Amino acid sequence: MIGGLFIYNHKGEVLISRVYRDDIGSQAADSAVFSSSGPFLGERLGGSVRRNAVDAFRVNVIHARQQVRSPVTNIARTSFFHVKRSNIWLAAVTKQNVNAAMVFEFLYKMCDVMAAYFGKISEENIKNNFVLIYELLDEILDFGYPQNSETGALKTFITQQGIKSQTKEEQSQITSQVTGQIGWRREGIKYRRNELFLDVLESVNLLMSPQGQVLSAHVSGRVVMKSYLSGMPECKFGMNDKIVIEKQGKGTADETSKSGKQSIAIDDCTFHQCVRLSKFDSERSISFIPPDGEFELMRYRTTKDIILPFRVIPLVREVGRTKLEVKVVIKSNFKPSLLAQKIEVRIPTPLNTSGVQVICMKGKAKYKASENAIVWKIKRMAGMKESQISAEIELLPTNDKKKWARPPISMNFEVPFAPSGLKVRYLKVFEPKLNYSDHDVIKWVRYIGRSGIYETRC
Amino acid sequence: MTDSKYFTTTKKGEIFELKAELNSDKKEKKKEAVKKVIASMTVGKDVSALFPDVVNCMQTDNLELKKLVYLYLMNYAKSQPDMAIMAVNTFVKDCEDPNPLIRALAVRTMGCIRVDKITEYLCEPLRKCLKDEDPYVRKTAAVCVAKLHDINAQLVEDQGFLDTLKDLISDSNPMVVANAVAALSEIAESHPSSNLLDLNPQSINKLLTALNECTEWGQIFILDCLANYTPKDDREAQSICERVTPRLSHANSAVVLSAVKVLMKFMEMLSKDLDYYGTLLKKLAPPLVTLLSAEPELQYVALRNINLIVQKRPEILKHEMKVFFVKYNDPIYVKLEKLDIMIRLASQANIAQVLAELKEYATEVDVDFVRKAVRAIGRCAIKVEQSAERCVSTLLDLIQTKVNYVVQEAIVVIKDIFRKYPNKYESVIATLCENLDSLDEPEARAAMIWIVGEYAERIDNADELLESFLEGFHDESTQVQLQLLTGIVKLFLKKPTETQELVQQVLSLATQDSDNPDLRDRGYIYWRLLSTDPVAAKEVVLAEKPLISEETDLIEPTLLDELICYIGTLASVYHKPPSAFVEGGRGVVHKSLPPRTASSESAESPETAPAGAPPGEQPDVIPAQGDLLGDLLNLDLGPPVSSPPLTTSSVQMGAVDLLGGGLDSLIGGTNFVAPPTAAVPASLGAPIGSGLSDLFDLTSGVGTLSGSYVAPKAVWLPAMKAKGLEISGTFTRQVGSISMDLQLTNKALQVMTDFAIQFNRNSFGLAPAAPLQVHAPLSPNQTVEISLPLSTVGSVMKMEPLNNLQVAVKNNIDVFYFSTLYPLHILFVEDGKMDRQMFLATWKDIPNENEAQFQIRDCPLNAEAATSKLQSSNIFTVAKRNVEGQDMLYQSLKLTNGIWVLAELRVQPGNPSCTLSLKCRAPEVSQHVYQAYETILKN
Repeated sequence: MIGGLFIYNHKGEVLISRVYRDDIGSQAADSAVFSSSGPFLGERLGGSVRRNAVDAFRVNVIHARQQVRSPVTNIARTSFFHVKRSNIWLAAVTKQNVNAAMVFEFLYKMCDVMAAYFGKISEENIKNNFVLIYELLDEILDFGYPQNSETGALKTFITQQGIKSQTKEEQSQITSQVTGQIGWRREGIKYRRNELFLDVLESVNLLMSPQGQVLSAHVSGRVVMKSYLSGMPECKFGMNDKIVIEKQGKGTADETSKSGKQSIAIDDCTFHQCVRLSKFDSERSISFIPPDGEFELMRYRTTKDIILPFRVIPLVREVGRTKLEVKVVIKSNFKPSLLAQKIEVRIPTPLNTSGVQVICMKGKAKYKASENAIVWKIKRMAGMKESQISAEIELLPTNDKKKWARPPISMNFEVPFAPSGLKVRYLKVFEPKLNYSDHDVIKWVRYIGRSGIYETRC
Repeated sequence: MTDSKYFTTTKKGEIFELKAELNSDKKEKKKEAVKKVIASMTVGKDVSALFPDVVNCMQTDNLELKKLVYLYLMNYAKSQPDMAIMAVNTFVKDCEDPNPLIRALAVRTMGCIRVDKITEYLCEPLRKCLKDEDPYVRKTAAVCVAKLHDINAQLVEDQGFLDTLKDLISDSNPMVVANAVAALSEIAESHPSSNLLDLNPQSINKLLTALNECTEWGQIFILDCLANYTPKDDREAQSICERVTPRLSHANSAVVLSAVKVLMKFMEMLSKDLDYYGTLLKKLAPPLVTLLSAEPELQYVALRNINLIVQKRPEILKHEMKVFFVKYNDPIYVKLEKLDIMIRLASQANIAQVLAELKEYATEVDVDFVRKAVRAIGRCAIKVEQSAERCVSTLLDLIQTKVNYVVQEAIVVIKDIFRKYPNKYESVIATLCENLDSLDEPEARAAMIWIVGEYAERIDNADELLESFLEGFHDESTQVQLQLLTGIVKLFLKKPTETQELVQQVLSLATQDSDNPDLRDRGYIYWRLLSTDPVAAKEVVLAEKPLISEETDLIEPTLLDELICYIGTLASVYHKPPSAFVEGGRGVVHKSLPPRTASSESAESPETAPAGAPPGEQPDVIPAQGDLLGDLLNLDLGPPVSSPPLTTSSVQMGAVDLLGGGLDSLIGGTNFVAPPTAAVPASLGAPIGSGLSDLFDLTSGVGTLSGSYVAPKAVWLPAMKAKGLEISGTFTRQVGSISMDLQLTNKALQVMTDFAIQFNRNSFGLAPAAPLQVHAPLSPNQTVEISLPLSTVGSVMKMEPLNNLQVAVKNNIDVFYFSTLYPLHILFVEDGKMDRQMFLATWKDIPNENEAQFQIRDCPLNAEAATSKLQSSNIFTVAKRNVEGQDMLYQSLKLTNGIWVLAELRVQPGNPSCTLSLKCRAPEVSQHVYQAYETILKN
């Protein structure tokens, strides 16, 4: 199991050190942190041998000359797992054959928890909240075993306001929540207005050949839910999943043909831990008691029948050795009533570009020498439209024999629909103990499709 | 107000101030003071002097303050054990607190104070907490047992905590169950022999129930524990798999991977014909692909695991090639791993796409990645023959880029392509030679030298090229030196006239001026070879090389199986067993996959016994550098090199002359050390004992004393071919033991001594069970008869024909090779009589395409005579029937390796020929069994 957890700043100074196991050495990280103490103190505390392990991480990973070659490093029979958030390094240390996937999941979770408590993970915030972090580490990692780490539950009893003396009922409520089956939600939540928001967020990825052939395309999507519901509501979520629709369609034959087209084939999906997986496995129904506030209900992946919102048609012509002519047409491919936003086309230029002249019909285009690209931005574009840009690129003559590799043209955009075709069919809420019904809940659904890696080779 | 201000004060006398504040009456002030102390501690200042003052603050009802004090205690208790005792009272009191959060905090912290004196006081509170009414306290206490075990294992056992912990597995609260499982699993690891976890169908059922209810982390603990269980049969395995599969949709990748581990392991027990097996395979692919959309660090862990899974069960992901295509912004460690998997999945169906991708990657920036991409192109060529041509032309394009490391990498892989497809792509050699000067890496230089040496006859200036390398011979790495030596010797053998000087130069450089023993030995061997028998030298040095295998870098199968048991853990990331990186006794228990249990079937058909499986089902593995040594030690005397003809022709004499007398003087006459063949007999002794006793065991119950048919001796090795040694022999089987009866005749003029014999690997693992014992030296014209006992426990390799046996015999003069065919009936064992029922069932069970029919002509025997004749050679008649005047004999026999052969022999009175139908699960033996029948019946 995890032997210890350290947080370093970008200089490799230790901000937080929590050691769970003796085998990795306890004073390991107590070296000069905020540059205020001499080295001999650390020596006296823990002995130099023990410190070596964590210094080794600093030397071999944080201060390494080369780019990091692996997120898992084994130094002197000690394994270090690290993740980096902006300037901050989080490292979990162990000498055993731990579950590596679990350690990384834990480190991510730890970042989430910290972010939920004090916002961005920065050196400043960590120093400001070190007592809280120690308290959290004590709670969510016991002897190196991850324990309940749902922020919803943690916030009920780890507060920095100091715990007001609780009644016996409150105490047992806390402990039953932390250890219970529904660790992510506490009882007794009340809202005057029961409301929920569903966001279907998709990122559509494409790699297209210059001839317009789709080399690979997939959508990775997330359903994020924000719930403000009273009590312990039982929810059921339904979407146009092909398997479900076809199963239902068996009864009413003519509906199958109608809805069959609108259903989508989901390659794979994963769920938040509140979803009853065995029920999904047997009936493919998604039922759960949601955490309070925002959480990610599910993630999914589709590869079939994807609506590609834009098509990019590139035309690159080399005119002699010192000039390139580039023409790029983009076509929007969705309902004319919808508007795409934040459109950006990035056309790479050779390293030896000396000057660029651009003409575009719509939006603004600029050559950015530092990025070796022409960036063409369009604020809004309706469906079934077309726009084009043409550019003349002057090149400096070089004796570099290596040919320009022609990186792909990439695109960014945001569209108000789900490129996978996913539709939310229902989200039913039942709370038998309280007197509100499914009809009383105000529900909002929003679809946002964004570009992931959306590239066309040229 | 933030906490960072506590870090700021650094003035002198601080400790005194803190002391005063800690003893203040005001709660707020106290708390502030403790925070300052903790801050100083984190910074690395020694605040241990404040120990008594801080401990005094412990008795408070303010939970936050208490936690801070506990944090301090955990840090300093070890350095101040005597003072730590002061805290014990408060701990004990806190363990009785009405607030469960405080009870849990106390027991949790106490476990972290690793001071022996305290542990004694810990026992009573811990015992209470393990039975606490509140689940939060129980789940904390469960972990505390593991902590205590780490400090004092004996104490935990004596106090009976392990039993209490086991009881917690049946707790009503899922989190308590999960923590108990985690604690027990870890404790069990340090007691490999103890049956601590005692997994049985009942406890497994409890775990599976808790699995649905506990936190994501608890699910991981439980799944990892389940993976250690071995179900009793395939049905149980399937029912567990069914309950584990829903976990594949969990958002936590670790839960998914641990579930994959359980499924991969238990799948081993399921029959491939099962519908469920196919369903399971299909269910595994999507979650594995989904892992690739996780954060990069997890992608890395997932990819390392997928690499194992793809090797174990390639069918799972064979259609998912595209998801492993490298993305522009993947971190380098993800890119490299994806590349590895792409090559593993490359097949004829997707090769075009893969190649297009690899070509793109070869123009990227990261040097390691580009190199690996180039290497991957070469591996594709070797793996998918249809693509070889395109791969070669792609590599040539890349060589044209003149990017140094790309060129070098390309040359290394082209060498492998030459070895895989000899005489096909040699037209590119000219292009390669153009780049000779730019090669500065040993591997590339060695590859280039190999190419030049191997194709010396097609390269006009091969001698010049090699000579150019020779100038800086001593500065080259060993790899290059060895290759250069071999390359030049090859060149010499191909173009002896022009390169005599060159070869002498390299031989003397290698033998005289080098300190490297490998290089020197190789030099001497070549020298000796060239000087004594250049024709033999040609046969050895220019011998046809075995083709290289398609798959490289495969993990050795037993290690792979072990690693599959460690999916998700560090071992699977490092691709090393835990013993390689974990210190001490923890986790070094070897895990292995459960055997396939087709419980009911195996009883009926002994053919499915291990030996029945055709060898070579697993792909051949090119051993890693480390394994090579072991392999060399196991090398047999005689790789099947055809025996060099000993003709004293003029060619040979001429060649010796070419080398000139200089050589002999250089060697220094008698000082020359003979090649180390003398070591051979030593390795022969080992298997005798066990082999023999096994054979005797076999026979003891049977009691047939008659031996099987023995063929007359035939000459196996004529004296002409063996410098005067003539060997003739035959094989016998008597009372269950096989022996090789040899007759050695010395037809030379000198005395022969030091005889030894060894077999090459063969189809049935025949091996000498004792050394070849020729007691006295064999004088000229003397003959000696020897019976060499054989065992069937040697290493197995399928030969062509099946009953081919390659033998090496050594004496003081030389080593000689010959091969002979042994009659199959020496392998028919005494307990080869099958029960009637079983015979019928098996006959039906073996598919009809495995049936072979033969005619035995000119064999005027009646059924009785045939039966008794065959019986004496261990072919047993199970039943006899008379159909329309024909006698039908149903017979069975068993080979030493457990293969059963069923026969139907149709004898017609008055007709000299009879018909033999054979059915066997390994149909390739039928032909040889028929020959055995024929020999036995006709003699």
